[in-house]
Amino acid sequence: MYIYDDIDQQLVDERVAQFRDQTRRFIEGQLAEDDFRALRLRNGLYVQRYAPMLRIAIPYGLLSSKQLRKLADVARRYDRGYGHFSTRQNLQLNWPKLAEVPELLAELATVQMHAIQTSGNCVRNITADHFAGVARDEIVDSFVWCELIRQWSTFHPEFNYLPRKFKIAVNGAVADRAATFVHDIGLHALNDSEGEVGFRVIVGGGLGRTPVVGHVIREFLPWPHLLTYLDAILRVYNRHGRRDNIHKARIKILVKERGVDRFRDEVDAEWAQLKGGPATVTAEEIRRIDGRFTRPQYEQLQDVKVPDTKTPFHAWLKRNVHAHQQPGYAAVTVSLKKTGVPPGDVTSDQMERIAELADHYSFAELRVTHEQNLVLADVRQTELHGLWLELRALGLATPNIGLLTNIIACPGGDFCSLANTKSIPVAEAIQRRFDDLDYLHDIGELDLNISGCMNACGHHHVGHIGILGVDKNGEEWYQVEIGGNQGEIRPGAPASLGKVIGPSFARADVPNVIERLIETYLELRDSENERFVDVVHRAGVEPFKKYVYANLDQRPANRRAALAA
Amino acid sequence: MPTLIKDQRIVEQPSPPELVLEPTDELAVLADRIGTLNVIAVNFPKYGDGRGYSIARLLRERYGYQGELRAVGVVARDHLQQMAQCGFDAFQLREGEDVQDALRAFGDFSEAYQSSAAQPVPLFRRRVGR
Repeated sequence: MYIYDDIDQQLVDERVAQFRDQTRRFIEGQLAEDDFRALRLRNGLYVQRYAPMLRIAIPYGLLSSKQLRKLADVARRYDRGYGHFSTRQNLQLNWPKLAEVPELLAELATVQMHAIQTSGNCVRNITADHFAGVARDEIVDSFVWCELIRQWSTFHPEFNYLPRKFKIAVNGAVADRAATFVHDIGLHALNDSEGEVGFRVIVGGGLGRTPVVGHVIREFLPWPHLLTYLDAILRVYNRHGRRDNIHKARIKILVKERGVDRFRDEVDAEWAQLKGGPATVTAEEIRRIDGRFTRPQYEQLQDVKVPDTKTPFHAWLKRNVHAHQQPGYAAVTVSLKKTGVPPGDVTSDQMERIAELADHYSFAELRVTHEQNLVLADVRQTELHGLWLELRALGLATPNIGLLTNIIACPGGDFCSLANTKSIPVAEAIQRRFDDLDYLHDIGELDLNISGCMNACGHHHVGHIGILGVDKNGEEWYQVEIGGNQGEIRPGAPASLGKVIGPSFARADVPNVIERLIETYLELRDSENERFVDVVHRAGVEPFKKYVYANLDQRPANRRAALAA
Repeated sequence: MPTLIKDQRIVEQPSPPELVLEPTDELAVLADRIGTLNVIAVNFPKYGDGRGYSIARLLRERYGYQGELRAVGVVARDHLQQMAQCGFDAFQLREGEDVQDALRAFGDFSEAYQSSAAQPVPLFRRRVGR
């Protein structure tokens, strides 16, 4: 954890006081509804279908057990005893009362938490690869750079009223686990030939109704120039980004309309004036931030070999346990994707139990992933079995990380006022259809993402299979895409957007459609090593489309029997 | 008449601006003129239109403008401190704003992380040794 100094703390406390005053003025009628809307949004407060929704920031997804306990506590007292982890690594509460929100925020401030810029047309929470600091392919610890950017973006006086929201992701390892090509700005750390650290700068990616894979506008930005270069990009966007049409206001449209080369030239012209100025990052500052992070005190251990016993424990080891830099340690994903539970939802009781597990097994810290799971990053390998038993008892050990049932889904029409359709029941129906673990493991790695509307909060464009809910004359229909990919996690498979396979389906048909897609894949794959998405990229959409529409109406039970015969 | 505040006080007889900049105006063509002016206004046509903040910083930091820089248009209490950080020193409040409350807005935050017109040295260069 980055530990606040007195200035960091004071700024958060002052934001609480400011928001308390803004809320008071609104309730007393001194602040118009539209104006308060702009102010409350940049503090994470939406007015939703049934009640307000508060989005609490979890900067780059890093949490202490103490903070998680506080979240459990506020979710119980101000909400209905549960929260929802989002794809931006934040936590959403769905039922707080407006008048009580300032008090809730004051409580969060006591554990160095806030809701600053979790919504609104400003720079949002910075996201990062969730194995920062422990991944074997690490280049830099992205959390340090995220904290630098968090401070730069917090109440940036020039960029608080941008044309539209602005999302930045930082990836510090070789594999891109932060989806840097589908962000407004993606920063991918790398070393130059002299071993100096810098960042590949990717601009203009994004999902939403106009999905775009971002463009590299600078192959190597030396780290001291990070903030002046960000200032230059943001200034060009702030001045020239479209403000006449909300659907054309993201930076991706500006980059597209101007062309990448012209956009880069404008950024460079701006940067030429800022480069080397007072905002140039110093080595001293990087050391200071690095030094304010708590670090695990690892013991000198040896790696432990666990024989493949074909037991449920082994299935969990294979899917939910990840390699660690430190011998004798492992990172563990706590699956929030149990069938029957909305993806990313946790109860206050579960949060408290997870906090205890973090204290006992993982140096009192944990991370939230953009796939809406939690990670205990520093677990002794000898304690994995004990941890598994405890997680299993809590329903948090589903061995499905990277598999089809590890579904990313937005809250959908059950909660969100933007959504056209529900997403949670669709996720559940698919999870029920694929409840056979052996079958699931045989299918192998597959990202399945669901969005309840074209705003794409469920990242359906970058699911290997993506499902989008669409409204047709008041009825809920679902469009299916295949071939999307969130980023180059495997070498040679870069970020890509899915392609729609054809006309949309009724909700009841969605599990059948997924099953037909999987059957096509199993038929076409060269080996178990060729993933679903690899087959789509090799063979194209056509064979999947043909098979799905020709075989849609067969009942799954009959279908499986027929295949077995 | 909307109230103009400057230096924490109400200005009773404000002088009209010599130049009013709109969000889309290019500054480079005005570069030679900027140094000769004493009052420049920057218009904020909407509550959430943030282009004027960049214009202010450019006028102060790039073109070295030293005169009065006045925010006009939809200028509300909750904008003021950030406008001041970006280089505005005069604020023509929109109709209906509570002037006394607006005067308190400049103290909402005691520090800022960033380099800005009002404080070019970012916090990280000032917090060395902490």
